[in-house]
Amino acid sequence: MRLRVFTTSHRALGILYLLLALVAVIAGTLLSLIMRLHRIWPDLAVPFFGTIKPEGYLALVTMHGTLMIFFVLTTAPQIGFANLVLPEQIGARGMAFPRLNAAAFWLTALALLVLLAAFFVPQGAPISGWTSYPPLSAVASAGPGEGAGMDLWLASIAIFCLASWLGAVNMLVTILGERRAGMTWSRLPMTVWAWLVTSILTLLVFSVLLAAIILLFSDRHFGSSFFVPRGDLVNGHIVGHGDGSPLLWLHLFWFFGHPEVYIAVLPGMGLATSLFANFARRRVAGYRVMAAMLVAIGLLGLVVWGHHMFVSGMNPYAGTAFALTTMAIAVPSTVEALGWLTILWGGRLRLRTPMLFALGFLSFFIAGGLTGPILAQPALDAYLHNTFFVVAHFHLVMAMAGVFSIFAGIYYWFPLISGRMMNESLGKLHFWITLIAAYGTFFPMHFSGLAGEPRHYERLAGPVTSFSAIAANERGITFSALLLASAQLIFLWNIFTSVRRGRVAEANPWEATTLEWAPEMGRGRVERGPYEYEIPANETIFHPQWELASKQE
Amino acid sequence: MPLRVTLLEAVRVAWMPSNGALHGPALDVLMRWNLIALCLCFLVAHVWLIAAILRRWKSKPATAPKALPWLILTALCAMYVWMAVTSQRLWANSRFAGPAPAAMQVEVVGEQFQWYFRYPGEDAAFGVTRPELVNAAEGNPLGLDGRDARGKDDVVSSVLVLPVGREVDLRLRSLDVIHGFFIPGMRLKENAVPGLVLHVHFTPSVIGTYPILCSQVCGSGHARMQAMLSVVSQAEFQAWLAARERTRIQEGAP
Ligand code: HEM
Ligand SMILES: [Cu+2]
Ligand SMILES: [Cu+2]
Repeated sequence: MRLRVFTTSHRALGILYLLLALVAVIAGTLLSLIMRLHRIWPDLAVPFFGTIKPEGYLALVTMHGTLMIFFVLTTAPQIGFANLVLPEQIGARGMAFPRLNAAAFWLTALALLVLLAAFFVPQGAPISGWTSYPPLSAVASAGPGEGAGMDLWLASIAIFCLASWLGAVNMLVTILGERRAGMTWSRLPMTVWAWLVTSILTLLVFSVLLAAIILLFSDRHFGSSFFVPRGDLVNGHIVGHGDGSPLLWLHLFWFFGHPEVYIAVLPGMGLATSLFANFARRRVAGYRVMAAMLVAIGLLGLVVWGHHMFVSGMNPYAGTAFALTTMAIAVPSTVEALGWLTILWGGRLRLRTPMLFALGFLSFFIAGGLTGPILAQPALDAYLHNTFFVVAHFHLVMAMAGVFSIFAGIYYWFPLISGRMMNESLGKLHFWITLIAAYGTFFPMHFSGLAGEPRHYERLAGPVTSFSAIAANERGITFSALLLASAQLIFLWNIFTSVRRGRVAEANPWEATTLEWAPEMGRGRVERGPYEYEIPANETIFHPQWELASKQE
Repeated sequence: MPLRVTLLEAVRVAWMPSNGALHGPALDVLMRWNLIALCLCFLVAHVWLIAAILRRWKSKPATAPKALPWLILTALCAMYVWMAVTSQRLWANSRFAGPAPAAMQVEVVGEQFQWYFRYPGEDAAFGVTRPELVNAAEGNPLGLDGRDARGKDDVVSSVLVLPVGREVDLRLRSLDVIHGFFIPGMRLKENAVPGLVLHVHFTPSVIGTYPILCSQVCGSGHARMQAMLSVVSQAEFQAWLAARERTRIQEGAP
């Protein structure tokens, strides 16, 4: 299919979003590889960067995290995939607001450009991490990159907030108002439930982030003091004249930041449910419970932000309250995982590439999710907070689970978009190397964290520490990361060749039931549930949602 | 090296540095059983996953017994509750309860990229500090106000020296940006936040030296913002403090 640039076709916009995420993920991955190389060979000169200065490392971390969180994991699984298939899945003619939808994409692209521009201004990119804690982020003289670089960061994220709103309003109205007759709540594919929850979360929490960014910008340029306390002395100058508190930023930021990670991972959870049902040829046992748990995770996700602040000076009683809400969120997450394991048990599993990646998603969701209850305990988090243990935790449960869900979606919907299949052997090779290298990269980080290695450390050896005991561990992580990144070339090659020379896909190649695979977009009533797969005796039967119910029974 | 030794070595390296605080052993036990329990969950889930993949060749499709997932869910929820309750006790001991009245006071001040430790001296009271008086080059890194008599005997050090077995009450401050005060060996972490004075208390129980790190990114020197905690006997501590007092008086207070 042909892409027109200023298109309002939702499917074309979906592809544009995925391409944007691809640019961001390539940039973000290259930055992370430079960090990993620098950590084991601090004196190595890197092309374009030279030898890395300490602030250079921090700029890399900040840009890596920002690119990955916002421009990869908030765009691809949510608005990217939703644009590809959401209207079809609910039997709508299109998105509710096509122009708004296109505007959202172009704003996102602008935000990405503004962010990347931060590398090219004097002093370079900001160094305060993707969480941008003030006063470091509020005072230009607090460090290199905190001047123009930080302003660009703030501008970029502010634009991104606006873009996410537009995208979310469009998605929400489409889901609420454009469903075909008969597409009741209990007939929605689980992906639609997930997008429903993430679009509501997006509206709520990106507003708070935007407010916080405006306040921070005002502290930087208009002399206000929301986040800077009286008498604050930075670099020999007293910069605090009002009576602000840095803790206010932490509350505002994490009120956004925690739901944000659910925005990143919920669509993957919805997609995994659909794929498990399809490739196991099973109904989703407890569909209502599974959908309700997605909603519960979204709601509870709004009240757990304090678990990022146990040792930040927050009242210790509040720490206990947030520990309880955080433990509570483990329950719906456990229900989801058990629900998936139940679907898989005794199903007629077809281990095609999309299914493999969905299984990988499940594996990472479990591996990273299980350290959640540890970090939810203030007593233990008081040791683990801001160490590599946390880096391991979120790369498994959010980054790798998220990325695997993106891969699963791309392998799965590729025939829908291009009319061709991706190469299965390359797909399987890509899956196995990626799975093993991802575990090899992120699992050993737990050990560095237990050894006490803080995150944002550009080298292991400091004035009073050597961390020599974990040097071998760190080398292993870096080699694994190199392998992990190189394996993605297989994926790019597969896409590149399959688009042009892949096997032509038959209609509904995965024998799926949801409406995006319907041969033609009729306007008939929907009379079936989303996952009517059955395995009687030795064959498999399925009833797609575009089939009329009269054939049943 | 025999295999057993190698394995033991690997486990030791992968674990936390040896503990030197009174509250540490309980925390280490909690950490250990938590990690073991969750590792087991990880393994069981993956055995289930792999079994499901292998069983797919079986000709008769099967469903897991209906009650099983609910049973597992109940067990896991019980585990979460147990974790929350046991660890809550440790948290309450260290953070809800204040230090004993006899605890020694030490102030910790973070600034880009250095930790300072201030002892109140014989009067057991800290002198007033003012940010506009901060001048590290002239030996007044904390901005002690010379007009305040309580500050005359305050000792400012760049190593944290503590007597073994005595509870300390740290008051954490920061002059500029947020820093993270982290002593892995004391199982202790709390941020130093500008504008706030935060208290944490603990009792060092094993003589030795322990690295102090900064755990909150604070600027380009973040990874080098480190200091040393030296836990010594009561007598050694008295001698050290007295020597510091003498030099302080000779130098003349700011
Ligand atoms: C090749 C894959 C990846 C590698 C090797 C990698 C490596 C790293 C490293 C070395 C750090 C810095 C840790 C530190 O020194 O504090 C980091 C931070 C981070 N990474 Fe990744 N990462 C990868 C993929 C991802 C993905 C897919 C995401 C998506 C969410 C992600 C999100 C983050 C975030 C949010 C941070 C924290 C940034 C901050 O603290 O400001 N990473 N990663
Ligand atoms: Cu969170
Ligand atoms: Cu620091």
